Amino acid sequence: MNLFHQHILSFAIWLPILAGVIVLLLGNDQNLQRTRWVALVGAIVSFLVTVPLYTKFQLPIGTFQFQESTTWIPAFNIHYHLGADGFSVPLILLTSFTTVIVVIAAWEVITKSVAQYMAAFLIMSGLMIGVFSALDAILYYVFWEAMLIPMFLVIGIWGGPNRVYATIKFFLYTLLGSLLMLVAFIYLYHQTGSFALTDYYALPITMSAQIWIFVAFFMAFAVKIPMWPVHTWLPDAHVEAPTGGSVVLAAIALKLGGYSFLRFAMPIAPDAAHYFANTMVTLSLIAIVYIALVALVQKDMKKLIAYSSISHMGFVTLGFFMFSQLGLEGAVVQMISHGFISSAMFLCVGVLYDRMHSRQIADYGGVVNTMPIFAAFAVLFAMANSGLPGTSGFVGEFMVILAAVKFNFWVAFLAATTLIFGAAYTLWMTKRVFYGAVANAHVAELTDINRREFLILATLALLVIGFGVYPEPITAMLQATSAEFLTHMQTSKLPILSSAPAASI
Amino acid sequence: MENFQYDFLNVLPELTVLGMAMFILLVDLFIKPQNRFVIYGLAQFTLFAAALFTFQTHTLGVSYAFNDMFVDDSLGDVLKLMTYLGTSIMLVYTRQYQKQRNMFRGEYYAMVLFSMLGMMVMISGQNMLSIYMGLELLSLCLYSLVAFDRDNPRASEAAMKYFVLGALASGMLLYGMSMVYGMTGSLNITEIAAEISNIGLHNPVLIMGLVFVVAGLAFKFGAVPFQMWVPDVYQGSPTSITLLIGSVPKFAAFAITIRLLAQGLYPLAADWQDMLLIMALLSIIIGNLSAIAQTNLKRMLAYSTISHIGFLLFGLMSANLNGFASSMFYISAYVLMTLAGFGMILLLSRKGFEADKLDDLKGLNQRSPWAAFLMLITMFSMAGIPPTIGFYAKFTVLQAAWQAGFTWPVVLAVLMAVIGAFYYLRIVKLMYFDEPLALDPISAPVDMQFVLSINALALLLIGLLPQTLMNLCGLSIVTSLQ
Repeated sequence: MNLFHQHILSFAIWLPILAGVIVLLLGNDQNLQRTRWVALVGAIVSFLVTVPLYTKFQLPIGTFQFQESTTWIPAFNIHYHLGADGFSVPLILLTSFTTVIVVIAAWEVITKSVAQYMAAFLIMSGLMIGVFSALDAILYYVFWEAMLIPMFLVIGIWGGPNRVYATIKFFLYTLLGSLLMLVAFIYLYHQTGSFALTDYYALPITMSAQIWIFVAFFMAFAVKIPMWPVHTWLPDAHVEAPTGGSVVLAAIALKLGGYSFLRFAMPIAPDAAHYFANTMVTLSLIAIVYIALVALVQKDMKKLIAYSSISHMGFVTLGFFMFSQLGLEGAVVQMISHGFISSAMFLCVGVLYDRMHSRQIADYGGVVNTMPIFAAFAVLFAMANSGLPGTSGFVGEFMVILAAVKFNFWVAFLAATTLIFGAAYTLWMTKRVFYGAVANAHVAELTDINRREFLILATLALLVIGFGVYPEPITAMLQATSAEFLTHMQTSKLPILSSAPAASI
Repeated sequence: MENFQYDFLNVLPELTVLGMAMFILLVDLFIKPQNRFVIYGLAQFTLFAAALFTFQTHTLGVSYAFNDMFVDDSLGDVLKLMTYLGTSIMLVYTRQYQKQRNMFRGEYYAMVLFSMLGMMVMISGQNMLSIYMGLELLSLCLYSLVAFDRDNPRASEAAMKYFVLGALASGMLLYGMSMVYGMTGSLNITEIAAEISNIGLHNPVLIMGLVFVVAGLAFKFGAVPFQMWVPDVYQGSPTSITLLIGSVPKFAAFAITIRLLAQGLYPLAADWQDMLLIMALLSIIIGNLSAIAQTNLKRMLAYSTISHIGFLLFGLMSANLNGFASSMFYISAYVLMTLAGFGMILLLSRKGFEADKLDDLKGLNQRSPWAAFLMLITMFSMAGIPPTIGFYAKFTVLQAAWQAGFTWPVVLAVLMAVIGAFYYLRIVKLMYFDEPLALDPISAPVDMQFVLSINALALLLIGLLPQTLMNLCGLSIVTSLQ
């Protein structure tokens, strides 16, 4: 037990990966039921392992907890160094929880190479937790890149008709950004002689170098979030991915980018972050407003939700680059809440797609008549997606908008328009799909959700409403960490020679 | 006389290989065709014995033999051990292939051992003449091995091309060596380095000599603009020989590059750095771009080799210990990956069927998930995606080049790596996303499947724990180049 308490993060990373390998070894397509149960047990155990991260979390501490460190590659001073703070713990829990959901959601739906499918998600879960907890640049990079491999296979093997194009685009886009990040790490290594994140935080860097570093990180993270204008891979990947793939992409993979801004780009190059703040705010606003308008005209449900994800992630980057505690916490709450809501939305589309094999809005109409229980859930999630008070979608957006009012009224004004546009595209889609008369014979034959689907959607609904009414568990975790973060961000890292204060650059 | 014994002790592994190669030729005359596996066993035993002797006589110091013609140092020993290992793996992979194509003969094994002897002489060459001698022994064996399947017109064509261009390159190398000799008055690596410092760096004849030496080396590596032979020879040769050409001789080429450039002509580093930089960038760009257009797997891997050599040159052109050690790590990773890649082609080949088209890999995941998984690791490793060895290989050379001040070339190389990733991903796509053309089960000897699995898994395992190999490379470079 002692071993476990000293290495919670290692267990959180390696247990799902081990479970994935076991599923691969045990699983064959003759005994599907066994494969599924092994995968489910693996996912649940992996989730339970991450729970102590929440229960044992010391709220007043703003720096890294649950740290463990051993030498990994001494030749380059690379360490196996893990740790978590208020930013990463909620995301780690979100990751392990989503994996359970994905395994259950795939239960009867996936019939081709079940073992490989389940294993891919389990392994991916471990790798993403690794990204959220690595405190060594190379360790982080290894997890970050390795995660691409299972995702590449998931989209490519179980995806839709245009899956090959989508998955290769996804891979190459992300790879391009990541390699530039690697170059930034190499630069930092030759400055400090180490890959430790804490060394990078303490390193004074000239303004021009900071700008280059920030740009390199931006290429890696902006693609992942994704920010306008490097978002184009996301709609393709989402549309072609199987339901589980879309869920993981939206709920977690996008957060890798947001989290990495907080962990790498901003604290390593704080002066450049201030320098680029206005650009980043502008890009975020474009994502929020313009992408919301793009979402409005989509005919494909998954594509619509994909664009809505980009728009919602705009709030995250907006919250980051206003450098206020409220905005920052709002952004992280928004990441968590979007994790629940977007997975729920994609699962809803999955439920419909499994029955009708179509994602086109035009093929539906009056679903509420044949699937009343499902429609109730779907409408709830649609409301949450458009930011209705009382759902978790409201909390994060409201916090960010409040912070924006203090920052600049017009920024707040533009950001607030999303409450209108978001409601417009989501509710309009809901209206066309669920309400009205039964559109055609296929819709008339629909059967309502079964117990398994009910279980998943009900859990997510509870979480969405729960955090909407009482977001305290998340915000309490963030307080110390975000205060620490902002203190760090206000300290200029320019070498002493320069006397210009950070904020005025 | 005492000295003489000492000399022979240093070349014990070479003598073993030489003796056994001739012994194999003799035995082959008296052995029945169905008993030819004995020859195979003898060849493997030779490698084992040579490894044993190399290991036993290993010291951390540097010792010279035969009037400084021959050097025995850690770099040489480590590279030789890697060469034996690579050759041994290659013999395992090619046995069935040779049998099915009626090429399972004694000469094959003798020739492989002779070519390996050439590599060993190159690795330990401390004099331009011994280096050249080793190189010619290696090359002549390879020319004839390419033409081993003599009824195959493609192979004969490839052998002809290889021979003509190879002879030209050898000529250039020799010409360069003669100029260096003319200026410095010595063929000994150490003396050349000392003499250059005396006569000054800006001697035009010396620089001309350097240009020819570099050109000759670049040809042996297959770096652009001396890459013309690579795709044709890779594609035209029997796959077993492609495996040989593509893998272990690169160790020897690396060794003579270290001996000639990093030891002998090191005072001229500023000059050869520029040449290597141009070749490195061109190799990465042309190799990666041409690989995209290929439909033949062997040809694609040939272009991929060219781009790998470009990355290797990144480490060499750093011209410091860090850079040499990282390029040694790169070449080790490269040989492991090449063995696995061509090993997979051999695994999928049958009698009368060469699995060398890209389309032959279609749906491999449905035919054999394990084989597909091994190839998956190999491809991601070649693309440099962690957690495979290929990532650390690229990482180490790039950080060395960055340290040496090559900022923009590093960025360019990184961007080209994205293009490289595309054609490796295409292989994965074929194996995992496409339907198979035929559902024949894969039949291969158990030992081959086993070794291939270990080989591909090693790419992953060394990727997770690269420390040992990195230390080995670093240590052997540091102790030998001081």
